Amino acid sequence: MAAIVARGLERTFGGGLRAVDGVDLEIAEGEIYAFLGPNGAGKTTIVRMLTTLLRPTGGDARVAGFDVVSEAAAVRGAIGVALQEAALDPLMTGRELVRLQATLHGLGRREGQRKAEALLERVDLASAADRQVGTYSGGMRRRLDLASALVHGPKVLFLDEPTTGLDPVSRRTIWEEVEQLNDEGTTVFLTTQYLEEADQVADRVGIIDFGRIVAEDTPGRLKAQVGHPHLEVKLTYGDVARAEEIVRRFGKPLPSQDGTVLVTLERGAAEIAPVVRALDEAGLAVEALDLVEPTLDDVFLAETGHHLEPEGPSESGELE
Amino acid sequence: MLANLRVIASLGARSVKQTFRRPQLMAPIIVFPTLLLAIQVGGAGRGIELPGFPPVNGFLDFILAGAMIQSTLLAGNSGGIALAVDIEMGFTDRLLAAPISRFAIVLGRLAGTAALGALAAIWFIAIGLLFGARIDQGVPGVVVMIVFVVLSAIAFGGLGAAVALRTGRASVVQGLFPLVFVILFLSSAFFPANLMLEPAATVARYNPLSFIVEGIRDPVISSLSLEAFAKAIGSIALVGAISIGLSALALRRRLRTGG
Repeated sequence: MAAIVARGLERTFGGGLRAVDGVDLEIAEGEIYAFLGPNGAGKTTIVRMLTTLLRPTGGDARVAGFDVVSEAAAVRGAIGVALQEAALDPLMTGRELVRLQATLHGLGRREGQRKAEALLERVDLASAADRQVGTYSGGMRRRLDLASALVHGPKVLFLDEPTTGLDPVSRRTIWEEVEQLNDEGTTVFLTTQYLEEADQVADRVGIIDFGRIVAEDTPGRLKAQVGHPHLEVKLTYGDVARAEEIVRRFGKPLPSQDGTVLVTLERGAAEIAPVVRALDEAGLAVEALDLVEPTLDDVFLAETGHHLEPEGPSESGELE
Repeated sequence: MLANLRVIASLGARSVKQTFRRPQLMAPIIVFPTLLLAIQVGGAGRGIELPGFPPVNGFLDFILAGAMIQSTLLAGNSGGIALAVDIEMGFTDRLLAAPISRFAIVLGRLAGTAALGALAAIWFIAIGLLFGARIDQGVPGVVVMIVFVVLSAIAFGGLGAAVALRTGRASVVQGLFPLVFVILFLSSAFFPANLMLEPAATVARYNPLSFIVEGIRDPVISSLSLEAFAKAIGSIALVGAISIGLSALALRRRLRTGG
């Protein structure tokens, strides 16, 4: 059974603004699915509909087998949600928050306490559990948010931009935790603006722009669709035009940049050695070589005509 | 049902802790009314000598109920501010994403306001007794006073919650603060309605707050009269029905529109 299914999902806000425009999704149990898109693309609006926080204005969706409108309470019982910006009360302690979350999910007092302690230990917050959340760092807040989302053992976990604003170490910690949860059988649906996050963590990626999914596949297949890796050759000395002539034999040359010769290699790394040998035989000294793989940004660019801009402020606060 | 009661109790406990941990929420409930009580007793104590003033042992006996109801109104307003802050920071979404009754979120906040009302009632009764007030009806009178204050806190808390849910902005709920004083001074909370000038006297005479204050005051200055009791209960029920009804509508709208 699919963990998440959506057919023609739509959401139109007041003034006719269509934030989500006919989204189809089918996410298998045990999958990590990432929604990649810029601010205002509709990622959060879709998460809010799938987590029953917002009613769709068109189409339908089922999460963990339940309809998000007619069986909303059942959906809420089956999912864990960590929303954007880790909406935590700064005046509560970490322990109080996880215990409250346990109560909200109907766990008994003792069971709630036991689960809370285990989860705080798991996310490495046991020693800070009695501190008010307002004193936590960004990474600690995200880990606490994750712990509270897991207190009832959800089948499907929604993480809305779980690592936005975090330093690389904290980001990696969250990824590891997500991967471990997935290994334990939890389906994970996450949204992100980070190419690296989608690439490294997700089994499948959906690229979303202006409320529509413009591409969807495994990261590897998506990147393969936009072309082959290219080799960047920086010469110590020698004639760039001559170098371009040589590399042309191995693949399609790209316009050189600042004395760096670029060529597309259909077979990727396997063709590096022959290129270097040919340049060497022609008396051209190579200073540096870099094999550049296509990125999800290239996919995004190919599909939408523009790049992802992860650092920019939200253009549509209402939606994102 | 039991699970929802546990949720309401937990959210109420959170609300009380939140108030104690955020001094700006605590100050209007205890500090301001206590200061105003002290100033009024010290500055206007001879008001009881005015012809037509109800027979009381002292001005403190008369005004104690006013301080309690002021505290209750401000507790309701503070509860509304706290709820709006929850909405602004997204904490309400955390609650809405859980498998609980949606209205439990409002009831949890009101349970906290009710608990704060009880604490405020005990505080004012304690300082009243300490500074010479006499509660004519003794322990049963104290119980009636606390019950009225708690029920009033729920009723007025509903108004704060309704505005918070409708607007989602703490600044708007905070803007009601001066209105609380207008309503208070246009009631018999601090001065007998029969000694006010028109049109304030008429407004105060029909202001439901006056009936509630007189219900709280009655056990202090006279006997427990059925009429004052019924008027107070009726007024609390009226305000409560309107405020909780408005809260339910505002919550429904918020859930429908998603914000």
